[in-house]
Amino acid sequence: MSLKRPAKDQPESFEFNSSSLEAANRIISKYPEGKQKSAVMALLYIAQKQNNNWIPLVAMKYIAKLLGMPYIKVYEVATFYSMFNLSPVGKYFIQVCTTTPCMIRGAGKLVEACKEKISENESELLPEKNCSWMEVECLGACVTAPMMQINDDYYEDLDKEKTLEILDKILKDEKPKPGSYRGRVNNEPENGRKTLMELKNA
Amino acid sequence: MLKDQDRIFQNLYNDLGSDLTSAQNRGDWVNTKEITEKGRDWIINEIKDSQLRGRGGAGFPTGLKWSFAPKEIGSRPHYLVINGDESEPGTCKDRDILRFEPHKLIEGCLIASYAIQAHVCYIYIRGEYFVDGQKLQSAIDEAYEKKLIGKNAAGTGWDLDIYIHYGAGAYICGEETALLESIEGNKGQPRLKPPFPALIGLYGCPTIINNVETIAVVPTILRRGGKWFASLGREKNTGTKIFCISGNVNNPCNVEEEMNIPLKELIEVHAGGVIGGWDNLQAVIPGGSSMPLIPKEKCETLTMDFDSLVAEKSGLGTAGVVVINKDQDIIKCMARIARFYKHESCGQCTPCREGSGWMWRMLERMAKGEASKDEIEMLGDVTKQIEGHTICAFGEGSSWPVQGLLRHFKDEIKKRNNFDPIVKETQNIPYLVDQHLLDKNA
Repeated sequence: MSLKRPAKDQPESFEFNSSSLEAANRIISKYPEGKQKSAVMALLYIAQKQNNNWIPLVAMKYIAKLLGMPYIKVYEVATFYSMFNLSPVGKYFIQVCTTTPCMIRGAGKLVEACKEKISENESELLPEKNCSWMEVECLGACVTAPMMQINDDYYEDLDKEKTLEILDKILKDEKPKPGSYRGRVNNEPENGRKTLMELKNA
Repeated sequence: MLKDQDRIFQNLYNDLGSDLTSAQNRGDWVNTKEITEKGRDWIINEIKDSQLRGRGGAGFPTGLKWSFAPKEIGSRPHYLVINGDESEPGTCKDRDILRFEPHKLIEGCLIASYAIQAHVCYIYIRGEYFVDGQKLQSAIDEAYEKKLIGKNAAGTGWDLDIYIHYGAGAYICGEETALLESIEGNKGQPRLKPPFPALIGLYGCPTIINNVETIAVVPTILRRGGKWFASLGREKNTGTKIFCISGNVNNPCNVEEEMNIPLKELIEVHAGGVIGGWDNLQAVIPGGSSMPLIPKEKCETLTMDFDSLVAEKSGLGTAGVVVINKDQDIIKCMARIARFYKHESCGQCTPCREGSGWMWRMLERMAKGEASKDEIEMLGDVTKQIEGHTICAFGEGSSWPVQGLLRHFKDEIKKRNNFDPIVKETQNIPYLVDQHLLDKNA
């Protein structure tokens, strides 16, 4: 269980804009009648996207009303799952995987890079910066370790220099190219692939 | 090595494209209708004959699981739920299926839904795989457009709707009942079993839950026959499996191989060998972080399948092979895994919630050499008190890796932590004697 606290400064009101509302209604329709509660996670994502990467308490109240469920149930879900940010994280949210498979391939260097470029402490949004970083648990790209996630995209096969380059771009508000940073194609062995050779050469 | 034509996931490395036309060229969706026309019993029997075991970690026979679904649809609808909450450290196979072989999965969903009589299928994908989920969504849209799913899906006369549900970064939602809770809009805390989901699952209705890889291999098995699948690997451990080889190897990769492949071949041939040579190998985690590690001596002859790994007191799990060489501090590696479990415990059962933190803190101290001698036994005791005392298998998953470390690297821990806090009675230390008692006797 991770410890999560809602931000101190909370906005007064929150409402879905028209495109969010449309997306929300589309998602609610995926679930059987009377089970609209199932959409709560998806709606929290929509709120998070609309509100610059974090979910204020009023948004939870709004979603609770929209889905006809108690506010505390929405709060429970928002605090349980680690991908819902309850306080501002900046326009770019950097998550560095440091679980064992990444750790043994040098994820510590990525953390160093984040400390140098962004902030000394994790989950700290400095006023002059547009991003924050944190260590997270396995992101499921162990074969291309070490890696990190920035918003929705994976940046794989990294080392310290490449991480610094990526962070420089982020700080200049440019979106770096996602994917492998050693030019590797997907999850195939980098050199000396032994399988499905006919398809590769086709 | 497995012959290329026997590999199910021809597009594992995306040489061919993941769109519908390329998928059809690879043989997907070719005769789906004919397969379903052979009937439910034929499908389930063929899967039973193939001896396919679930690819999500527990290795439960898939055909048997399907046969648990009620034979007739009663007052409650049936559901098929696909578990794509791949979060086990060391595992990244489902991601490649979602993004490169989505049509194998979608076709598998249709056949499985037909076999268990479900009209709705939810695919639960971990929230971090948003981009890969989008790729699957576009494949689903494509399939709807071509009438392969939806009303009268692929001409089979069966109606099927497929929806994606994103998780939000909770490892525990990979546990099937926690996953159902999550879809229902609750926090992901596992349910007590029984009742099993096959009878009372999603929204209280009969539900079959399968891993992404399990469902994605189904169409190929039915096309080529259960006998073909059973001819690969060995008895009860049949077929092919995607192995993810990560950690200290020269070329970490995903590769589809035959079950029962020697671990050494997997590492040396496909992953380019251990960094620093085979002799630099320290240990291997054979099946994702929750499976106990295997020391080097046993890696020489080890074959990778469910039963041979159980014989080594480990397990195939998700087949995420994490190679650890001698440059790494094995205690630190395990302490990091313990921290993972401490972070991911859902907090429902006390032994797991508290115990996972205990194990992490003790291992952190052991890595630094700050633990005392007797704590090594105590750590073993803590793992035993978690294991088997929780609602779900997370308790086992978190304590097995620690037990593996204690089983094979006890000497290493002892060497680093030889501080003994207990004052031996034989030692005569005057200031420890109760002074007031002395005074009385005087």
